[in-house]
Amino acid sequence: MRRIGVFVCWCGSNIAGTVDVKAVAEALKNEPGVVCSADYQYMCSQAGQNLIKDAIAEHRLTGVVVCSCSPRMHEATFRKTAASAGINPYMVEIANIREQCSWVHKDMPTGTAKAIILGKAAVAKVNLNTPLTPGESPVTKRALVIGGGIAGIQTALDIADAGFPVDVVETKPTIGGKMAQLDKTFPTLDCAACILTPKMVDVAQNEKIRIFSYSEVTQVKGFVGNFDVTIKRKARYVKEDVCTGCGLCTEKCPQKKIPNEFNLGMDNRHAIYIPFAQAVPKVATIDPNACMMLKNGKCGVCAKVCAAGAIDYKAKDEFIEEKYGAIVAATGFNPISMEKFDEFAYSQSKDVVTSLEFERLMNAAGPTGGVLLRPSDGEHPHTIVFVQCVGSRCAACAEKGKEYCSKICCMYTAKHAMLTRDKYPDTDVYVFYIDVRTPGKNFDEFYRRAVEEYGVHYVKGMVGKVSPEGKKLMVQASDLLAGKQLHIAADMVVLAAAIEPDKSARPLATMLTASMDTNDFFTEAHPKLRPVESPTAGVFLSGACQGPKDIPETVAQAGAAASKVIGLLCKDKLIGNPCIAHSDEWMCNGCSTCERVCPYGAITYIEKEFRMPDRTTKTRRVASVNEAVCQGCGACTVACPSGAMDLRGFLNKQIMAEVDAICK
Amino acid sequence: MNRNELIREQVLRSSGVNPRKCMRCGKCSGTCPAYDEMEYHPHQFVYMVEQGDIEALMRSKSIYQCLSCFACVDRCPRGVEPARLVEALRLAVIRQKGMNRLTPDDIPALLDDEMPQQAVVSALRKYAK
Amino acid sequence: MQVNGYKPLIVAFCCNWCSYAGADLAGNNRLNYPADVKIIRVPCSCRVNPMFVLRAFQRGADGVILCGCHPGDCHYTSGNYYTRRRMALLFSMLDYLGIERERTRVEWVSAAEGAKFAATMNDFVQTVAALGENKRLEDLRCRK
Repeated sequence: MRRIGVFVCWCGSNIAGTVDVKAVAEALKNEPGVVCSADYQYMCSQAGQNLIKDAIAEHRLTGVVVCSCSPRMHEATFRKTAASAGINPYMVEIANIREQCSWVHKDMPTGTAKAIILGKAAVAKVNLNTPLTPGESPVTKRALVIGGGIAGIQTALDIADAGFPVDVVETKPTIGGKMAQLDKTFPTLDCAACILTPKMVDVAQNEKIRIFSYSEVTQVKGFVGNFDVTIKRKARYVKEDVCTGCGLCTEKCPQKKIPNEFNLGMDNRHAIYIPFAQAVPKVATIDPNACMMLKNGKCGVCAKVCAAGAIDYKAKDEFIEEKYGAIVAATGFNPISMEKFDEFAYSQSKDVVTSLEFERLMNAAGPTGGVLLRPSDGEHPHTIVFVQCVGSRCAACAEKGKEYCSKICCMYTAKHAMLTRDKYPDTDVYVFYIDVRTPGKNFDEFYRRAVEEYGVHYVKGMVGKVSPEGKKLMVQASDLLAGKQLHIAADMVVLAAAIEPDKSARPLATMLTASMDTNDFFTEAHPKLRPVESPTAGVFLSGACQGPKDIPETVAQAGAAASKVIGLLCKDKLIGNPCIAHSDEWMCNGCSTCERVCPYGAITYIEKEFRMPDRTTKTRRVASVNEAVCQGCGACTVACPSGAMDLRGFLNKQIMAEVDAICK
Repeated sequence: MNRNELIREQVLRSSGVNPRKCMRCGKCSGTCPAYDEMEYHPHQFVYMVEQGDIEALMRSKSIYQCLSCFACVDRCPRGVEPARLVEALRLAVIRQKGMNRLTPDDIPALLDDEMPQQAVVSALRKYAK
Repeated sequence: MQVNGYKPLIVAFCCNWCSYAGADLAGNNRLNYPADVKIIRVPCSCRVNPMFVLRAFQRGADGVILCGCHPGDCHYTSGNYYTRRRMALLFSMLDYLGIERERTRVEWVSAAEGAKFAATMNDFVQTVAALGENKRLEDLRCRK
């Protein structure tokens, strides 16, 4: 039997004004398990707390009920009081007789009667409370950043700045991501490479950061503070630590008709290549699908010309296993395929390009050396039509487009239009828009500048179709404001393709047990208050893998994710919330229902040996809750068909006892 | 419910179109081959039905200038299907007049070798119940 | 509150993060609602086992209301969606057993909606009081 003390607070006149506190204390005295009851004007004051401590010592109490304000206010206070008097802090329950009783009910008899019932419910619950101890787990002080774009770079730099080692895993041969492909950045028009490449160098030179380029994460085990990750380092057939990046091999390689991914296939590279001049690490990579030596053993030119002797045709994929305390997903985005948008003639004409391709055409390091030329015949285009929202805000069929707004297209289209008019004032530039969305610092001003100062023709209305006729592209669209249909003979059409999460995001989310939305963007732990954390503890989100984002927002989120990681890695031990689910292994039948409802992936199944009553041993599959990951929502407890799952601190029998006390 | 609203309900029900899905991008009008012939254009059909301005539409010749080519249905990013709306409007007109403007018996006289099958089918769509 | 002289017994399950805080806010703003409502705090509305609702009716409750975070705002991401589905099933079963639909309710109340909490409780108590006593599921053995 419990020895419970009841302490009724007056809260000055806040409670005592509407509730007869003496009567409440008196009534609760006779409840089962209650050995003492007292009332005091301010229970949360030092004197009030001492009163509780003294009573715990005097009456050898094992449980405490405080009838006072909301537990959201002083539950922590009274738990500390109890702990300092030597009883488990989770043996304290609060009956909320202020916010939910005295403040909302006007007359004394009603208030008193309700306060007594609330007190009884709390006593009934404490009778079934069990001492709880928060679990502890160690923290590996090393972070993993998956993705080496601007999001991953910024996160890695910020974490390393705080003194923690960071590993960056990037699937491409170089870090830099999409930003490395961009020409200028809105709204200030500084060149992307000028602001990105110094950061890439910082990453390479930082002693705390290791870059695993041309690598993939293949397995993630463990939980917050203790992840075991396997990283596959794909064979690049060039020794990374030996190669000097001189580039001689890439000039001599006879295989030179391989579409260059970095320029989106608009020019060619060699079978051994360095993606771009500022690549980090600046190391050559052999494309195994193109190299003659690797395919049929006939060539070996690169090995002959390499003075450093870095070429290794026998290289194999390597697997590295490493422990991490925190993981940041920064897998980024890609423009969607334009194949399904045949009305814009993307597959019929080379002069219909996506905005990212246009970015390369404008870039000084691009296929045209920064001179805007038509991909088909290399002539200057004189009329350019930009089409916005291609595939964005497209609810009609999911396999064609995306239902969401891609967010960045309005601004980069304004940028492209402005830059085109700036460099080539004889060019007519049309932008067909549905809405122009420019929320952001200096964004709307930027868009207005494109219209007012650069004379870009913004036309409200979507382009209906584009048909190639001779050297021209006939663009048919309706001008909704003028109420007429336009037929424009354009030289180039630029499609603002919707963006989608990188294809690697979903398998990664499965490995991390992080949740995703229907569009394959990572879900945040709370859409407003925890926007850079995944619901899975220890997994953080950075950049466009969480939703469409421009560079300033990505960098801001990257820094925020880094600060969350630093906050985690600073801890020597993780103290858990003890109010978490646990499974009665004897009742569990291993059906996996709880695993499927758990939003945190906290439940796994283990094979466990049981000693049966007939003295035999039986191996059964039972649920096991990871205490460091469970957040204590209780979804599994209701889903469990055999009633094996229960939630500590809110046990089934405790809540039932409360129901019983209320309904008595 | 007045007459206008009644017809609107009828048109919405028989077409299955929800004009509220329209985000006013104008791709339907941008793609429409009969645009120049029309007094009201496909995006306006949708807007007028949404606003309940049905009778003006039913009086307009525009609904017969629609070729029923369904390009707008194919390209609409929101799945609004303006051509179905036009079809339902024509049906509403015919129902009010109580007669078919084209019956299967009339067709043999109108046929020639040049006429594609699709035109016959769409003529029946447009002019008969 | 009394309707036709009847004072109902209402059990309210409130999630710790939104609705319980909403109830506290109603208190802070001194918004009255009937004392017939007794609140039980649960971490998330998805912690409410249908068993608890049945138990309340078995013990003679006249109405049971579940309050949780608004869809999309759940502290635990998706708990309230589970609640919505589970309770839709449970309530239709209760309806089949003869417990009127009006005696059960799921409501979304955020931590900022003290006024909504009070209004919801006023309305719910009014509705249940008008239905009168509910003894269809009561287990007489539980009676003292």
